[in-house]
Parts: sequence; C-alpha cells; structure tokens
Amino acid sequence: MPETSTHPYTTVIGLEVHVQLATRSKLFCGCSTQFGAEPNTQTCPVCIGMPGTLPVLNRSAFALALKTAIALNCHIPEFTKWDRKQYYYPDLPKGYQISQYDLPMSVDGFLEISDPLEPYAPLRIGIIRAHLEEDAGKSIHDEVAGRADSEIDLNRTGTPLLEIVSEPDLRSPAASRIFLQELKLLLTYLGVSDCNMQEGSLRVDANVNLHLEANGQRVATPIVEIKNMNSFRAVQRALEYEASRQYRVWQETGQQLGQASKQTRGWDEAAGLTRPQRSKEESSDYRYLPDPDLVPITTSPAQVEQIRQSLGELPSALRARLVREGNLSDYDANVLINQGQELVDYYQAVAAKCNDPKTAANWVTQEVLRELKEREMTIAQIPIPAECLADLIHAIQQGQLPGTRAREVFTLMLNDQITAAEAIGKLGIEQVDESDLVALCQELIDANPKIVADVQGGKQQAIGALIGQAKKKNPNVDPGRVRSICLELAMKS
Amino acid sequence: MSLVEYSAHELKQLLVSGEITSIELTQALLDQIGTYDDHLGAFLHIDAERALARAADIDHRRQAGKPLGPLAGLPVAVKDVLCDQDGPTTCASRMLQSFRPPYDATVVARLKAADAVLIGRTNMDEFAMGGSTENSAFQVTRNPWDPGRIPGGSSGGAATCVAARMAPLSIGTDTGGSIRQPAGLCGVVGMKPTYGRVSRYGLIAFASSLDQVGPLARTTRDAALLLETIAGHDPHDATSLEVPVPAYSHSLEQPLAGLRLGIVREHFAAGLDPSIEEAIRQAVEVYQSLGATIQEISLPHSKYAVATYYVIAPSEASSNLARYDGVHYGHRTDESQLQAELNARRQQLQAAGDERGLDQLDNGLVRMYRLSRAEGFGPEVKRRIMLGTYALSAGYYDAYYLKALKVRRLIRQDFDAAFGQVDLIASPVTPSVAYRLGEMVDDPLAMYLVDLYTVSANLAGLPSISLPCGFTREWLPIGLQLQAPPLEELRLLRGAHMYEQATDWHKRQPALVRQRHTGV
Repeated sequence: MPETSTHPYTTVIGLEVHVQLATRSKLFCGCSTQFGAEPNTQTCPVCIGMPGTLPVLNRSAFALALKTAIALNCHIPEFTKWDRKQYYYPDLPKGYQISQYDLPMSVDGFLEISDPLEPYAPLRIGIIRAHLEEDAGKSIHDEVAGRADSEIDLNRTGTPLLEIVSEPDLRSPAASRIFLQELKLLLTYLGVSDCNMQEGSLRVDANVNLHLEANGQRVATPIVEIKNMNSFRAVQRALEYEASRQYRVWQETGQQLGQASKQTRGWDEAAGLTRPQRSKEESSDYRYLPDPDLVPITTSPAQVEQIRQSLGELPSALRARLVREGNLSDYDANVLINQGQELVDYYQAVAAKCNDPKTAANWVTQEVLRELKEREMTIAQIPIPAECLADLIHAIQQGQLPGTRAREVFTLMLNDQITAAEAIGKLGIEQVDESDLVALCQELIDANPKIVADVQGGKQQAIGALIGQAKKKNPNVDPGRVRSICLELAMKS
Repeated sequence: MSLVEYSAHELKQLLVSGEITSIELTQALLDQIGTYDDHLGAFLHIDAERALARAADIDHRRQAGKPLGPLAGLPVAVKDVLCDQDGPTTCASRMLQSFRPPYDATVVARLKAADAVLIGRTNMDEFAMGGSTENSAFQVTRNPWDPGRIPGGSSGGAATCVAARMAPLSIGTDTGGSIRQPAGLCGVVGMKPTYGRVSRYGLIAFASSLDQVGPLARTTRDAALLLETIAGHDPHDATSLEVPVPAYSHSLEQPLAGLRLGIVREHFAAGLDPSIEEAIRQAVEVYQSLGATIQEISLPHSKYAVATYYVIAPSEASSNLARYDGVHYGHRTDESQLQAELNARRQQLQAAGDERGLDQLDNGLVRMYRLSRAEGFGPEVKRRIMLGTYALSAGYYDAYYLKALKVRRLIRQDFDAAFGQVDLIASPVTPSVAYRLGEMVDDPLAMYLVDLYTVSANLAGLPSISLPCGFTREWLPIGLQLQAPPLEELRLLRGAHMYEQATDWHKRQPALVRQRHTGV
C-alpha cells in the first residue's frame, strides 16, 4: 500500500522479534515444546530449575538459529557463549534466563523488503543481532475470584527463542508491517518456526520515536518501547497510534530524547491505544554472568559456508526469478511467494508442463487459491496434480476446450478427482465445427424474425437471446462466436 | 579388630569371600554411628532401615551368585549436597530443610548402580560455604581428634565420619578446598579430581566453575576405588570431560620412578604454623628417600588466589542461589503473617498520608521473596550472595569479575609452566591445624585466608589430594597436599600411595574412638 508522508515528522522504528524455533524439545533439556498441553505437564527437573540440575544444549536449536541468522545475512562470529540474565519473577524458576549478552551468535545482517512508498523497490533493513535464548514460563493471573491468585505454567519454560533485533531503519508503521511479513515469510521458507502469533511462536516489541524539525534543528522525541501486540496489524496500528501520541506530547511538552527515560507502553487492542507499563522495573540491572554450566560454541567459516550453500532459494530471490523468468507481475509473484514454498513448487510444475508461466500464474493465484480457501485445504491436499492442471491449460491453448467452460472442467476435476481429459469427456465438451456453427446460427436467425428486425433497427443487444438459445442446442458453442456470426447473418438477411 | 576399623579395600575382600555380610558391616557402622554421632554430629540423616534393607538385598544377590557392582555391600556416606530421591537433601540449610529431590544426582545414581549401601547424609557448611561446618543450619560437627575443635569444612561431616570409623568411604565436594581441608584436619585422605572428571549433575551448585565431587577415605587405595566408581563423562553435564577413566585402584601400587616433586617457594611464608612446615619438610624428605628429586618452583600469582576465589565463587553463588525464592520449592515465609504486616504498614502510611512510603512499600510478591530468603539463608550464605551481587553489578563487573577471570587464567598458566619442570607439587593443605569451635566465627576474612593453599587447584581445575602426614604435639592431624596436571589423577594417587606405603600416619585412630574399642 503506497503511503505518502504527510506528517511533519519522520517515524523511526526498530523491532525486536522473538521467534520460537520449531524444535521437538526444549533448548536445554529433553522436554517437549508442543503447544497446548495441560499446565506443567511438559517439565522436568532441569527446566523447572530444581537444585543441582544442569542445562545441556539442544544442538538442533542452535542449528535452526544458525540457519536463520545466515539467511538474514548476518555475520557469524567463530566464538559464541551463554550468559545468565538475572532477575526475579515467579515464572523464571532459576532466577535467571539463559541468553546471550556480549558475544551473540550472529550480528550485522539485513533483510530486504519492498518500500511501501515505492512498491517493490527494495529497502534494506539492518539486523543488529540475532541470538538464542530460553523462554520463561507463563503467569496466569486469576483476578476473577477477587483473590488475585496467580498460577504458573512452566510448559513453555526453556523453549528455544531466537531474538532478532533490527536497526532503527524502519520509517513507517506500514514498512514495519511489511518487514514482519517478509521476516515471517523467510522463517516459514526456512522451516525454522511456525510463526504462530496466537500461540506466541512469534512475538514483536517495537521501539519508536519521532525525528522532526524545530527552529531549524533536527530533534528527536524520547524512545518508547511498545509491547503486547498480537498481530502484524496490531503492530501497525500501535505504531500509528504511538507516532501521533508522541507528536501530540511533543507539541505539548517539547520533551526531547534524553530529557525523559525510555518508557515501556502496552498496546490495548480493544481500546486502540498504548498505556504506560511498569516504569519501576525500568532501571533493572540484569547482572549478566557467563553461564559456567555451558561451554562456548565455535562455528568455523567453513561450517557457515556449508549452511549458506544448503539454504536453497530464499523468498526474495525466488520472487525476483519468478518475475524475470515467468514474466509475472510483482503482484502475482508476491501472491505466489506469500503462500509458501509448496504453492510455489506447484505453480512452477504447472508452468513448466504447460510452458505458459503467465497463464499458469493466473490459474494458480485465482482458481486454485479460491478453491483452497473455500474448501479450507492446503496445496498439499489438492486432488488436482500440477500436471493435470497443466493439461487443462494445454487443452485451452490447443482449442480443445473453450475458455468459457474451463472453470466448469476445473471444478469437476476437483470434485471427482479426475484428469482434464476425463472431465472434458464427462461434460461432453467437443469443438464445434465452423460450418455446423454457421448452420446453427442460420437456423436461429430464420426462426426469430423479431430479433432480426430489432438488430437491424439498431438494437444489437437483442442478439443476446440467440446466444442463450444456441447454448441450449449445443453447450459446446463459443458464445462470442455465436454472437458475431448471428450479428453478421442478421444484418445480411 | 572391629569391622569398622577395616579399610574399604579389605572389607570388599571380606564381602567377596563371604567372610562377612553387608548386613553385619552395615549394622556395625550403624552401631558406631549410634555410639559416637550424637556427640560428633557428622550425620544429618540416617535411614538405618533403608540401608539395612539395601544391604540385605545385596547379600541375597551375592548368595544367589548374581553379578554385583564394584562397591557391592560397602557403606558410603554422602554429603547432603548431592540429590538423592530416596530422602531429603538439605544442603544444611533451612531453605531446603523439607526439600526432597525428584531425581538422583549422577554420582548418587552411580553409587547405587555400583551396589553401594548409602548409609547416611553428612553435615556441611550451609550450601558448602565455609571451612568449619559451623555454618550448618542444623548442628555442630566435632573433630574426632579433639571434639572441642572444628572438623574443617565444608565437607566436615564427610571427613569426621571417615575419621571416626562411622563409614569407610564418603563423598564430599570441593569448591575451594572443601574436601582436602577437612580431610587434612581430620587425618584422612581426601581428593578433588580434575574439573569435569566427575559429573556435577545433581550436585547443588555453590560455584559452578569450581565445584567438583570427590572421595574421602582412610587410604589412597580406598579413595581410588571410590573415584573410579563415580568418575566419567555424563551427558547431563556439559562441563564433564569425555575422557576414559583409568582403573585407578589397579595401577595404584606402581611407584613413580624418577618422580620430580615441586616445592612452591611462595608457600613457606609467614603465617604457616611451624609444626605444619616441619611435617611438610619431613614428608618431602620421605619422597627424597624414595628416589624423588625435589625442585623449588614459583607460582607467582598464587598470592592473588584467595582474592580471585572470593570474587568468582560468590559471584557464581549469587546467581546459583537466586532460584531459592520461595516460589516453587524450599522455604517460604508465613504468608498470612506477611499479608497482615503489609496491610498494617499500608494503613499506617495511609493514615500518615505518606505517599512516598506507600509508593516504596513492597508488593506481596517482593515481600515474600525478601522474607523467604532472609529466613531461609544463614549469615555466611547471605554474606556471599551480597559479595557476588555487588561484584556482578553494572559498573563493577569489569573491575571485579572480569579482572578475577583474567587472574584465574594467569594462575592456571603458572601451573602449566610449573608442570613443565615437575610431576607433582607438594604443599601444606592449611596454614594452621583445626581451631577451636567458635574461635573464628566473628572473623570471616581470617577464615577465608585459611584457603590459601587449596583454592588454586579449583581456580586452575587441577586434581589435588590431601593425605595425613603427621600430628602436632596435641595430636591434631596435619595434611600434605599434592597437586598434578589436569586428568593426572592416577599420577596423583600413585604419588600419594608411595608416601602412604612408607609411613603409617593414615593408620592412626583418634583417641576417642580407639579408647572405646580397646577398652582403655
């Protein structure tokens, strides 16, 4: 969506994204990471921080993190270590979170997104760092009973999270949303996370302030961190709200960056506004300490290169290739890409077989996607193999199937799980011979003198009635052809 | 001779040959505990029934000709810091007074798998912090050689029970000398293995980068037997070493030919008790007589070892002990009283219109944390948590913790250089013998300085052993410490065994115990 900057300020945004990695077990123990189990059933002495227990790194979590960091064009230092981030909270059973502080596993990357001001122009958003850490548990505050009881579920404790921190390179709420969509797409292509925001697999915090001109000088407003945004749309709305709120506050107080401490605000989706959160804990000192229970990890440049080679084609490259090779519009390429790798594979198979990428794209982005949506299916479940769809397109190209009846054939293929040829046969579709068509039209002209008179009198639309009659006599006729032949014959008679 | 006086090695032979049963042995030790431990206070928990049932089971299996583990039927005492799901594990702290672990420490599991009879849990300084066992929240442990004196610590119960013949074998832990120092003060053998040699899984952490589990026994052979049972890689401990464990007890008897023994110049300075210096010099002469060459070496950074240790250990401790917050397990303050006090205070402040006071008043959770920890921990533990919290705070981290890590590396480099010239390093274990109970409780700094000979091995991760090498005129034991390069436990044990064969210090019994047996 193009956005014209009409504000008297520039919004400066940096995002912090926590991604739950799709491992079967937790980061430092063997417990399952499955979402939705009964509280405290997916725990063991290690993840609930029993005295004497020790963490042991889940190598597959590190591998997924590494893959993601490399796909985000990050530099991978040869040496990385684990640190304890210390604070007291009931859902943090050890009194510290195992995280990475001064030597994270990856730094200095970027993600390319489409500029919302200039659609499809690439915009490079810096990634400061991406590091691996364990999740805390979940506090459930039951205040309904009036007793303010709190309950704690430690199922999530120790789940691997990748924290991705962007540079403050984003310049609008819309761009932030596009960044998140592009990031999610990348993570989905890599298969490193299910990115389910509802289940907390992807969580976003945003840091935002405004840059503006005052008395000929560039000034910045104090930075605010926004939390509690549960969808990409919420991120955009919260940032839009926050930018206008900060502008209003600036107009009222003139308060600049450095004149007020960093504030944390929570997004209230229902009320559509941000509210201040726990300012008391702002100045907490986490007393980071290298975790003596874990050994540092070394990753050689050769290992990084090997992973880079194994990444395959990432969404941005794939999108560019679809546009270039298939002559698709940016829009169509995006629609395909955004559906994920499997749909793109399907499209590519159809395009290759029918040798007409453009038509294949139209079919996949329109008919196929509509049916998937209506039938609540995934592309893997569609009963029409790619080659069958290609056969259908081929039949149209060869003139064996009138374009007007193609959708009918497609629906039958889907319902009866049959090939294009079978569906065409079942529907009795055959090409109508030109002389037969002319004869049929002549017959209709002869039988309808009133219509002929109307047409001759200038009412060309009267011919429509003949098209309907022609289709009744032979469902295979091409309505366009019927119309033009009938018009010609009517004028002649 | 009473059964309790035999070494573990001898007892093993008697058990294997069928001359005695584990039941008889276990009962004899329980009787010994019954006789002396009310006075000595080595044990925190004894589960006689469970121990006897276990002994009976092993006896049955032996009679039935079933295969048995290497410690089959031998009673072993365990310091109350290693988790055992069959009973309480308290760390001698109010905080864990009612804690029962849901799992076994790897060392405990290995002892059970070796068919040892776990006879009881020994007293210690709270969370292994201290050198006298006076920091136990529950009881005093007395030195069997002089019950008016400390047994050392933190594994004071572990050393006392071996010295007083209440257990032939015992497991301790050593973070800055906590096995070697009480072994030295109680006249028994105690060994701290290489860092990573024995799994720390289930050892309730004091300072994770320094903690190591090790054996206490009356002979090096027995210590070797126990060590080879508990040592080895553990997938549950990322810092445990993946290196095969030699059969220490099998090759122990080979003397070290051409042994080059190092004496550290810096060790013989002011503050060392002259009778200890004399005993160490005589021990060195024994080695000379056995063919060793003696070489003076320098460990120039050893003078920083205690300071370095008392930055690193409390820092890690402050982090490791954060989990005792009253939320999930362990001591929690009385909540109804807490709420009543908070409410009263709130009303008071409201009545006085004290907005600031109200704003600063704890919420229930914070107050619960404060009180649970204030009530659950003793003064020494609090002192170290405060030291560590301070050292790790923003603005101090670089000056304290980071600097200490750098010095730690230099200390290790000193040893690496020294072991280029010598095979083993000999030294005192402590600068003074066991002091009187209560003598030092008001001077924690003086107590920290007692660790000067032992902390270096922990900082450098080296194996080190303490063995009896003499007595003062008042019959207080003196310990000799030997140190070896990383993973050279066998060299260390062989070197200790050579000395032990040439002397009989390890055969002496405390008068208290001896008198009873001989009826004198």
